[in-house]
Amino acid sequence: MTDRSPSPSRRSFMAAAASLGVAVSFVGRQAHAADGAKKLIVVVCRGGMDGLSVAPPIGDPGYQALRGAIAIKPEEALKLDETFALHPSLTSVHALAKQGQARIAPAIATPDRARSHFEAQDVLETGEAKVYGADSGWLNRTLEVMGPGKTEALSVGTTAPLILRGKVQAASWSPGKGLDEAARLPTLLQDLYKGDPLLGPAFARGLETEAMAQAAMTALAPAPAPAAETGMMMASTPTMSAPRMNQPGGRPADNRQGREAARKLGSTLAGFMRQADGPQIAALSLDGFDTHAGQVGQIATRLTYLDAVLDGLHQGLGPEWKNTVVVAVTEFGRTARANGTGGTDHGTGSTALVLGGALKRGGIIGDWPTLSETALYENRDLAPTLDMRGLFKGVLVDHLGVDRAAVEKKVFVDSAGAKAVTGLV
Amino acid sequence: MSLPSKDMMAAIAATRFGLGARPGEIEAARGDPRGFLEDQVRREGADIPKDDGESAPVRYAAFAELRQERRAARQDARMVAGDDMKPIPLVDAAPSANAKSEAQKDVQRYIRQKTTNDFLSRAQLAADTEAAFRERWALFFANHFTVSQTKQATSIVIGPFEREAIRPHAFGRFEDMLLAASTHAAMLTYLDQAQSVGPGSPAARYQSRKGRRTGLNENLAREIMELHTVGVDAGYSQADVTEFARALTGFSIGRAQDPDVGAFVFRANTHEPGARSILGKAYAQGGEDQGVSVLKALAADPRTARHVCGKIARHFVADDPPPALVKRLETRWIETDGRLDEVAKALIAAPEAWEPTPAKIKTPYEFVISTWRAVGGRPAAFERLNPILTSLGQKPFYPPSPKGWPDEAGAWASPDGLVKRMQWTQGFAAAVADTRDPDVLARSALGARLSEPTARAVARAETRREAFALLVMSPEFQRR
Repeated sequence: MTDRSPSPSRRSFMAAAASLGVAVSFVGRQAHAADGAKKLIVVVCRGGMDGLSVAPPIGDPGYQALRGAIAIKPEEALKLDETFALHPSLTSVHALAKQGQARIAPAIATPDRARSHFEAQDVLETGEAKVYGADSGWLNRTLEVMGPGKTEALSVGTTAPLILRGKVQAASWSPGKGLDEAARLPTLLQDLYKGDPLLGPAFARGLETEAMAQAAMTALAPAPAPAAETGMMMASTPTMSAPRMNQPGGRPADNRQGREAARKLGSTLAGFMRQADGPQIAALSLDGFDTHAGQVGQIATRLTYLDAVLDGLHQGLGPEWKNTVVVAVTEFGRTARANGTGGTDHGTGSTALVLGGALKRGGIIGDWPTLSETALYENRDLAPTLDMRGLFKGVLVDHLGVDRAAVEKKVFVDSAGAKAVTGLV
Repeated sequence: MSLPSKDMMAAIAATRFGLGARPGEIEAARGDPRGFLEDQVRREGADIPKDDGESAPVRYAAFAELRQERRAARQDARMVAGDDMKPIPLVDAAPSANAKSEAQKDVQRYIRQKTTNDFLSRAQLAADTEAAFRERWALFFANHFTVSQTKQATSIVIGPFEREAIRPHAFGRFEDMLLAASTHAAMLTYLDQAQSVGPGSPAARYQSRKGRRTGLNENLAREIMELHTVGVDAGYSQADVTEFARALTGFSIGRAQDPDVGAFVFRANTHEPGARSILGKAYAQGGEDQGVSVLKALAADPRTARHVCGKIARHFVADDPPPALVKRLETRWIETDGRLDEVAKALIAAPEAWEPTPAKIKTPYEFVISTWRAVGGRPAAFERLNPILTSLGQKPFYPPSPKGWPDEAGAWASPDGLVKRMQWTQGFAAAVADTRDPDVLARSALGARLSEPTARAVARAETRREAFALLVMSPEFQRR
């Protein structure tokens, strides 16, 4: 057996992904060139991202009072309009917003109201009205209705997220040692798995994907110097960015290197999507938004990464950016009031970011319920005014051109109450 | 429901209930497969890994001292810089900060040393033990009460947590394990309970006079209900969660400057005064006893029995466990007031648990440990475990959320994961296979579970390495 080292660019891609707590998945590899095809990227921010920090409503009279010390300061926030701004870490998103290529949905939620991470993520990813409604993800069902055979599924990262699990087999990939074509073992194993409905197809797909990925990665930009790579991993290991005991607020870390790693991740994914056989749809998760304590520092770090991933996608997609929509969503928002530990607890409404060159210029998506005491949901959370499924439906129909009836009947079943958002693209 | 042959049962005992057969293990179980497992159930609990044996308070005391040194070094660095107010960056290559970064490295080194040694000791126990069902049972509950290195303050006490809160109670009463877990420093830091303050408590009033905002943190309360006890579908409300969080205020740990650093303390002055109502039960005003009473009521709740027994059945038998099996475990749990030794025996007795077709895919940890067990070996260094577990998505002591590691095939039988397992197996084979007879290994590792196609593939392999890799990657070795 010959030992092949992974190519540096592949290694750095995954080092970046793993150290940032990011998992990337992509689906929808079409048989023909991806250039010109409409592209959709869904970013799932896990842990309950605080919408009131992502797009602080600095013009809302209730905001400062509810948030106190953890409110984003108006002078630091990146202004969008009279009411809304963006978190100071979202500089790239802000630059896109100024060109009409980034918009916010400031009071959005899934239909779930249980405030449980796991339930809410299930509902977000299955696209159902309630938990355990389906065991497949809505992106996977989107592939089904777009035409079986035309599309393939691939997840990068070690476990496939629910959003793309389902009937259309999702491959997965992350860099390893590479395959030794001379070894007999893969063939012998395929033989051994012949009658196995789970291992057989999965292993075959794994081998195929590994081969494709090797080809894809060889074509990518030159690798960074090894020293930079090591630095990247050190600066962004989860323990470094996690909140510390007895250290309220943490510190907005010097995360320049983490930012670089995140941008590289975004541009690498973009590189995959621009390939001839590249995916048309991708899903990516970013962990670490559960800010019960020390929120200020923790969310600044996470949003820095999010901004860099989005910037990497934008830069990396280049001319294809005009055919792209990116949606960044979370399972729920957080309490409107700060809790006792410099953080916030599980809430309801949050902010979604919608970006892309395909986007039409416009204001906020959905209505703003305000933060007045009487407007809060259960006197505690930002009240949602927009069902997240409506946003997804609008993007599928208007941007990807998926058949409206099929979306209603097969992708978002029981979602008649969630009207598709129109006029996004 | 009829049972399979003794030979098949012996193979199932070692691979499904245990952690994979060591050479001779299936043979040892053959006489009485159920008795072989029952003998592993003991009131004194699970085995204790041979780590440094340090308690959570000992760890925290040492940690506090290192952090103190780091603070002092930072102070020095500031003096040198001549600017007391300048913020200190996290990464700083300036010469004046050398002292600080040295001290910071000491902290990082301490964490790494403790966590890697804890994890290695536990993996060695799993590889060596002749009572592997006992170990698997303990690992199940360690994952049920997940704590994770995603919080730095938690990372150094994950080993002590399993040793102090989980293993002693593995075959005791569930209530005792719930109380031990919910009052351990690892859980109190991981789910932010240590800092939660009752808004109406004397401490909150004092802090607010000084202009500081303190208050409730409901993280632990919610996860105890959702994940550790009654389960997410139990029908509790936000009000129940908030009330429970109020009842738990005061549950904390000794601070760095206190003599009881890292030990459980009840801080009466942060406890929210007043009576509570949770899941329809009233609790009188009280101190520590109020939170303890709620925990005891949750442990005794029949919804907890159903939730935890469902998870046990899913872990040991099938992703979609037979309802009859769950019912058996649940009935025994309720009859015995949550005696986990009795529930374990009910699992061993249940015919549904002996279904010959294996339904579970091994998790990365189970896969790696069972491969070592197959050759009668053990991992000699953390570095033998960390890269493969990380690349398969199960980074040591880093479960991604309080829900713990997933327990379904969908999460682990990924295309990429299978390719990675194969690649690792090839490396492992290169190190161990040349001196062993693969046919003998196949029989000792799988016994009656060895299928005809696998036996044939192993026999026909070109090299011992190839034969070993085929054995370990065979469908029946990947499953249990």
